[in-house]
Amino acid sequence: MRALLDIQDLKVHFHTRDGVVKAVDGVSLKVEAGQIAGIVGESGSGKSVTAYSLLGLIPMPPGRIEGGKALFQGTDLLRLGERELNTYRGRKISMIFQDPMTSLNPYLRVSTQLVEPLAIHEKLRGKPALHRAIEALEQVGIENAATRIHGYPHEFSGGMRQRVMIAMALITKPDLLIADEPTTALDVTVQKQVLDVIRELQRETGTAVIFITHDLAVVHEMCDTVSVLYAGRVVESAPAAELIRRPLHAYTRGLYRSNPSAHAKDEDLYSIPGLPPDLARLPGGCTFRPRNTLGVASLCLTERQPELIEHSPGHFVQNCPGCLAAHPSSAHA
Amino acid sequence: MLRDISNRLLQGLLVLFVLGTLTFFLVHALPYGPFQDEKAVPPHVMERLEKLHGYDKPLLTQYGLRLKNIVQGNLGVSIKVMEGRQVGEILGQAFPVSLTLGLIAMSIAIAIGIPAGIFAAIRKNTTVDYAIMAVALLGICLPAFVIGPLLAEFLGGRLGWFPVSGWNPRDPSSLFLPALTLGLVSAAYLSRLTRAGMLEILNQDFIRTARAKGQKGSIIIMRHALRGGLIPSIAYLGPAFAATISGSVVVESIFQVPGIGRLFIKAIETGDETLIMGPVLLYGSLIVIANFLVDLLQIWLNPRLRTAKAS
Repeated sequence: MRALLDIQDLKVHFHTRDGVVKAVDGVSLKVEAGQIAGIVGESGSGKSVTAYSLLGLIPMPPGRIEGGKALFQGTDLLRLGERELNTYRGRKISMIFQDPMTSLNPYLRVSTQLVEPLAIHEKLRGKPALHRAIEALEQVGIENAATRIHGYPHEFSGGMRQRVMIAMALITKPDLLIADEPTTALDVTVQKQVLDVIRELQRETGTAVIFITHDLAVVHEMCDTVSVLYAGRVVESAPAAELIRRPLHAYTRGLYRSNPSAHAKDEDLYSIPGLPPDLARLPGGCTFRPRNTLGVASLCLTERQPELIEHSPGHFVQNCPGCLAAHPSSAHA
Repeated sequence: MLRDISNRLLQGLLVLFVLGTLTFFLVHALPYGPFQDEKAVPPHVMERLEKLHGYDKPLLTQYGLRLKNIVQGNLGVSIKVMEGRQVGEILGQAFPVSLTLGLIAMSIAIAIGIPAGIFAAIRKNTTVDYAIMAVALLGICLPAFVIGPLLAEFLGGRLGWFPVSGWNPRDPSSLFLPALTLGLVSAAYLSRLTRAGMLEILNQDFIRTARAKGQKGSIIIMRHALRGGLIPSIAYLGPAFAATISGSVVVESIFQVPGIGRLFIKAIETGDETLIMGPVLLYGSLIVIANFLVDLLQIWLNPRLRTAKAS
């Protein structure tokens, strides 16, 4: 069966004064209809740029899509003009953003913003549109929706605003929802509630979700499949349950090791040494080599970039001998 | 809300009181007075004149009398420039002229400046943007006494489209050149402020949200960006309006417009205290009112200010 979204070898570069920043450099991933696909990685690993480029939301210039395809229901989104993209944006593919405090227009009533997608994509206005909007607010768990809808964003708390964003994104019943770190800016207690809302609505509507986060715990709570991004490339991708059981790549193993809950009390917290590489001056070969402490760095590829191979059915990993090797002194499988 | 308004009114009155007091003592500190003339004035005439206008009394007594009269709405008579005529009456004739001129000028400024600024912001860092901003810079740098005669020469003289000078309330075309001269400077400032305001808003996350919804670019500008983007321009409009009316001295001279500006200059030259005080208080009230209206407009534009005021 054809995947709902099939991103193939996506390359997005930013042409800056410091040179060409290869923010996304050959990302491939698939999203099946009705599934939640997680994208994990550090800041600057290319998670958000991948997502934004699908809807043409990369500022161009300086950004430029250098290559690849993003087949959505068979149509390559990257080839579409602004006008054609507008028939996808907010209708077939919706998006929610990291910071709900700034993502809603402070000058407009919530109602105005909520009915907007209906007016654009369904030509629905006036009372019927307002009713749909109130319904949508109720679905995301906002009480007194019929009165609160006439308020302004600043009258809502952060968690409530993110709920409004979710309601706005799902009001047109899109096939795909892109959630770009939707809980990062929220309190921990509120995070949980917002995640529950997303998951519940996802189950009800069957919308597929691309869930971008840097929190592995959240990934396992939410996602069916996971792609781990590093320096603009996918280093490992697998069904979520498989990945936690058998992380292969040294970077993925490092991410799991650096999770506080994986440690016994009083044990020092593991952290991956160093910083992500400068995307304008990527080293040749394996980009993770300088930080590889859980594999054998000396075995890492230096001449060419490692390819993504299917290690076992459905489990893809970058084929770098150094990153796949177990550290000699490590008991970790 | 009502309390805010009455507060602001009280503040405005206080401003006018301080303004009037300063003006009174500054004018009386001038090294020349309204009774001097090119020819020496005989001492007994001088005495009579001073007595007539109350200048023989101690300064503080004079101040008290003036204050009392002004509070009662009596601005006094012109001492020198229009000797013996009521200042209120003089202003009543000249002010409508200045006000009309100012209103047309501001309309021109808004009609040119704001669309130009929006356009420049949308086309940021393109030739169009640079061209608009270059013209705006020129408009800011060139003083009215350069722009005015140039406009008079080309639009009035060579093309003959508009009268070069004079003021005829029944012929609107006679108002055009002075108003254009006045309006262009404000248009230049407005376009730069609007561009900056729009650029700031267009970089906000909520604009990205609107794009992600599939909204058209033109509606994003009109519905999502304009309100916030215009706030700096609106803040400028109030004082600019007052300044346009009061600052039209040069333009009124160039185009022979019988407005307040020219009277005001003559009054200062002669130390005609009553005829200075009248326009000063008038301009002062204008600025107070304009700023107040701008505040109301800001509250209307920005919902976050509304609750801040209410709480």
